[in-house]
This record gives sequence, structure tokens and C-alpha cells, in this order.
Amino acid sequence: MIELAQVSRSFGARPVVTDVSLRVATGAILTVVGTSGSGKTTLLRMINRLVEPSTGTIRVAGRDVRSVAPHVLRRGIGYAIQGHGLFPHRTVAENIGTVPHLLGWDRRRIAARVDELLGLFRLDPALYRDRLPGALSGGEQQRIGVARALAAEPPILLMDEPFGALDPIIRGRAQEDLLAIQRRYGTTIVLVTHDMDEALRLGDRIAVMDAGRLVQEASPAALIGAPATDFVRLLLGGRDRAFQLMALRVVDELVEPGAAPGEPIPVGTSVRAALAESLWSRRAALPVSRDGVILGRVTRAALEAEGAEP
Amino acid sequence: MTWIRPDPGGRPPGLIRSGVDPLGSVFAAFIALSVLALPLMTARPNRIAEGTSLMAWSALPSGHALALGGVLGLAAPLLALRVAPRLRVAAGAAALLLLCLTAGWAADHLTAPGDRYARVSPDAGWWLAFVSAGLALGDGLARLRPGPGVRIALLAAGALLTGLALGSGFWDQLSVLREYASRSDTFGREVRTHAGLALSSVAAATAIGIPAAILARPVPALRTALLAVLNVVQTIPSMALFGMLIAPLAWIGRTVPGAAGLGIAGIGAAPAFVALFAYALLPVAAATVAGLEAVPGPVRDAARGVGMTGRQCLFQVELPLARPAILTGVRIVLVQNIGLAVIAGLVGGGGLGVFVFQGISQNAGDLVLLGALPTVALAGAAAILLDAVIDASRLREQRP
Repeated sequence: MIELAQVSRSFGARPVVTDVSLRVATGAILTVVGTSGSGKTTLLRMINRLVEPSTGTIRVAGRDVRSVAPHVLRRGIGYAIQGHGLFPHRTVAENIGTVPHLLGWDRRRIAARVDELLGLFRLDPALYRDRLPGALSGGEQQRIGVARALAAEPPILLMDEPFGALDPIIRGRAQEDLLAIQRRYGTTIVLVTHDMDEALRLGDRIAVMDAGRLVQEASPAALIGAPATDFVRLLLGGRDRAFQLMALRVVDELVEPGAAPGEPIPVGTSVRAALAESLWSRRAALPVSRDGVILGRVTRAALEAEGAEP
Repeated sequence: MTWIRPDPGGRPPGLIRSGVDPLGSVFAAFIALSVLALPLMTARPNRIAEGTSLMAWSALPSGHALALGGVLGLAAPLLALRVAPRLRVAAGAAALLLLCLTAGWAADHLTAPGDRYARVSPDAGWWLAFVSAGLALGDGLARLRPGPGVRIALLAAGALLTGLALGSGFWDQLSVLREYASRSDTFGREVRTHAGLALSSVAAATAIGIPAAILARPVPALRTALLAVLNVVQTIPSMALFGMLIAPLAWIGRTVPGAAGLGIAGIGAAPAFVALFAYALLPVAAATVAGLEAVPGPVRDAARGVGMTGRQCLFQVELPLARPAILTGVRIVLVQNIGLAVIAGLVGGGGLGVFVFQGISQNAGDLVLLGALPTVALAGAAAILLDAVIDASRLREQRP
């Protein structure tokens, strides 16, 4: 668990973060979203003491971060940044093994962990272990960057625009990977992004920053349903709130008994995708299946109702 | 859809293609002109007498002149054409080798048996042809892009060949080696002094310049001040710097107990060492600062973010990444100081400069050459050696 209490930071006379209080529950993903200069990166960097707060307290797992030496604190907190920051003179294995090495793990344990992580990110260890970062694609470098952050199995992972440099397709896969890994390890994640769609997609909670202040902290549905300020509304894009809400929800709970024509959609499909399919194929209802077994149907009317203001 | 695209790199280029190589034809023209239109050798009855300039055909026995003409006549057109780099190297090497042989042949030919005063030395034509052939060889080698190991091996082979030729007495009738013969007792010592001065001053500058740059870099004001001071030192002419050091060092030698015992005095090795050290500091410190500044921001941020201490970040990330830049700085000052160490001869510091300045005062060009040629060779060898080391240290980063 991460707790920020009345945290402020100014560089000289310029306030960058002003009076932010936040809690991130264990195992949750908090996305911090804002325009550039909103103080979101500074906020993130205060958690692992790359920046020290001018006032206020930050606690990680109940302990004030100032009670631990910065380098010791950081070894227990994963850190992944835009442009990945891989060490260009070290191999993939050496990069991933950085923190375990700093923690003094023995060589065999590090090697096993490196191979495990490479496998987790769908990179063949035999092929990638001894490569240098310069010989990798942008997407591969980004995955190695996240793997390095996760190497010592930190309970907390801080990510600063980790997918900012990726093209949309690779970016989508990287986001899925992150969610899968988060489910697997139960890591508490704070992720900074300027992209509201990414924030909505990944976050259990979303914190919106504007000019150094926390404007709203809410679940994705609550944020879409009731943006606290015009700035939040602006970030959300304003006009297609209904569809943003639908994208967050899945069809599972809308399934009702009955038959429907045509190809079934699997459970877990988002309401938005299901509605699009219903419109496209001119079907008033779609069959829903799980593992190939038809569970029932979902009607267009039920799908449409999900887009209404909560 | 698939189709086979002709691979531009797949077909080996022919050994000789049509067309003219611009750089190669300049070398070829210089080689041809210098041998045909300029005197090849100079012969003098004694060390300081006026010399007679001789063209290639009068400086060599006819058979040897034909050999020279034949080899250069074959090599020059090859260099001018667009030939494969290997052929270019062969042509350059053949021309160079033959010119070296020519010098020995001409000296034997022009010196009467038993004449111990006659002086035969290369003239403008020989030097111009030699430099052109050397450049052509270097150009061909550069186009082959040999790895660091190969370059060091080539350097060793060149040194070995030169050593063998010198040891065999083949060039003993050349005037430079006559000068050597009368100074063979001190030559080895001066070479060691020279190399020692250059190496020790660079080593000291490295040992002090790199830590100073590392310590000063995080503080912008300190860094600016350090580089400004060293910049000023760098602009003082070397002769003036030696002069400026004489008074303070003499004072230290007189007043500080034990300083004189260490050889610290107004003239001699001490001012030479201090001046060379001062000249080496700026390039080393500046290269270190530049190398550290060039470490990408995200890499430094990541190093701190994963929990490296400042020391770990410096030694595990920043210095390894800055190493090629720092080594390049060291290479520059080593070559620079091997050349500058000649000035030490002027303040009693010894080294090859002794021969240069004696030669100048005696108006004996051959004696100047006895000091200058080994200096050039040392500097060239140091440059090749360190370039290879720098390349080798970069290679790991580019490994696929």
C-alpha cells in the first residue's frame, strides 16, 4: 500500500506538486493522468525518492520512505520509464539481472529469474539473453525494461509513460502483458500517462493531475460518469462518454436466456465491441458463448442501456 | 508475393573496374611526378658540405633504376584506377617497399668503398614519393576496414620489418644512420627518456584529470572553472610554458628539502614533465566531462531508479559508457605529448629533441632527422595502438 499525505514539491519558487493526498491499495493499479507539466512525473518520482517532497509524508507499506536509504528503498520498488533506460553496454540478461545483482542474489538464481521473465514476455531466453539492447526493436526494449523492473519481484512497480514510444498495436499488446503480469504477481502499480484511454484501460483508480494539483481520483466508471472539473471532461474528450463507459464494461452480466442468430461472441467481450457487432451484423440480439458453449444471448437494448449516465 | 531481388552486396566486385579513383589518382600523380621530375637523392662529400641532387636514373645502378621504374610504373596506374582495396594495398605496399630498398641501393651506389665522410640522403623526390605511397597504403588499408587485432598485427609486422632492415645494416650507408653510428651510445637512452617523459606525463594527467573531471562535473560552476583554467594553460605556447616553469621549479629545488634529490630543478626533466603534464590535463579532463555528459538521461535515471548508489552508477554505468570518449582524449594527448616532448631537449630534459636541437645548431639536417624520424614513428605507433584499443572497447557495444 502506498499513502501520500499532503505532499508538495516546488523547484525553487515554482510549485510543481501541491498538496496531494492519495492512497493506492495493495494489488491495485493507479493511473496518474495529466498534461505535460501537470506534476504527474514528479509525483511518481517522489515515491521512490528520486525527488524528495518539500513537505508532506509518503508511506510505503506503512513505513515513511524517508526512514530508508534511497538506494535500498529503490531496490524494493520496480521502476520502468519511457525510452526504457536500458544500459546499452550490458546484455539483456545483465540488464534484467541488475537489481537481483545489487541485492546479492547468487548467479544461478539470477539466471533462472532472467529466463523466467524472458519467457513471461514471450522472448526466447536462448535467443535474447546475450543480446545487447541496441540489437532489439523498440517493443522488445520496452519489454526488457519492464522485465528489469520486475526482476526482484518488487511488491510495487512505478511506471513513467512506459508505453509512450510504442506504436498502437505493440502498445496494446504491452498493456495486455502488463495486466496479465499484474494479475499473476499481485503487484501494486502506479503508472503515469498523458493518454486518458490508456489510463481508463489499465487503472483500477485514476488520478487526474492539473497544474500540480490532484483534481479527481476515482474509478474509471465514476470518472466518466461524473468528471469533477472541465479539465477532466476535456481529458476525457467529452463527446463519446457513453462509448468510453461501454468499453469498460463486459457483456457477462447482461446475458439472458434465449436464442439469437449468427456467430456467438465470447464472454469477456466489452459492451462497446458487442454493440458494434450487433449494429454491423444487423442483429437485435447476439448469442454469447464460453469455451464454445452457448450461454444465452445479449440484446441490443441491454447493451445500449449500459451507455446511459450512471 | 515474393520475388528475388538482386543483392547489391552479394556479388563480389571485380578486382579492377572501369573508371578512375579520385584519391588514388592524386597519390599516383604525386608518386610519378616526384620520381620523374624531382631529385631522388642528395650526395655530399661530407657532413656539412653543399650537396648534389641526383635524379633517380643517376642515383641508382641501371638495373635497380629499372626495378624502381617497373614497380612504380605498375603500382601508380593501379592506384589511379578503381581497383579492389586488396590490390590497392598491394600496390601501395610494393611502392613503399621498393622506395625503402632504393634508399639503401642508392647509398651503396653513391658511396665509394671505404669513404667514411660521404653523406647520401633522400632528396625531395624520394620523400614525396615515400609519403604518397604511405598515404596510398593507409588509404587502401582503411578501405579494407581491418579489425583492431589485424591493425595491431600490421603495426607489429611493420616494426619488425623496419627493425630487421636496420639490424641487417642495409641502410648503414645512409647519412641518418651515419649520424646514428656516431651517437649509438646515447640514442637508446634518449629514446627511453623521450617515451618515458611522454608516457609518464600522460599517465599522471590521466590519473589526475579523470578524477578531477568526475568530481567537478556535477557542480556546473566548478566544471566551468576547471575547463577554463585548463583552456588557458593549453593556449600558452610550449616554449613560453617551459620558460615560465624555470623560476618556480628552480626555487622549489633550492628551498624544499629533498626536492633537488628528486631531480626538481629549473632545467632538466622536471620542467619538461610539468609542462607536458599541464598540456595533457585539459584534453583528458574535457574528454571525461564530455563522455559523462553524453550518457543518455534515461540511462542515468534508470540506474538511480533501480537502486544503484552514486558510486555504483558511476563505475557500472557512467564510466563504462564514457570510456571510448575518455580513451580518445588519452590517445590525442599521448600523440600530442610524444611530439611535444621534443621541446624537452631544449631545457635539458633529454629525449629525442636533443638530436633535433643539436642538428639545428650544427646545421646538420641528418642529425635533425635522427631525432625527428623516431618521434614520428613513436607517435604513429601510439596512435594506431590506441585507436585499436578504443575500437576494441567499442566493439562489445555493437555486438549483435
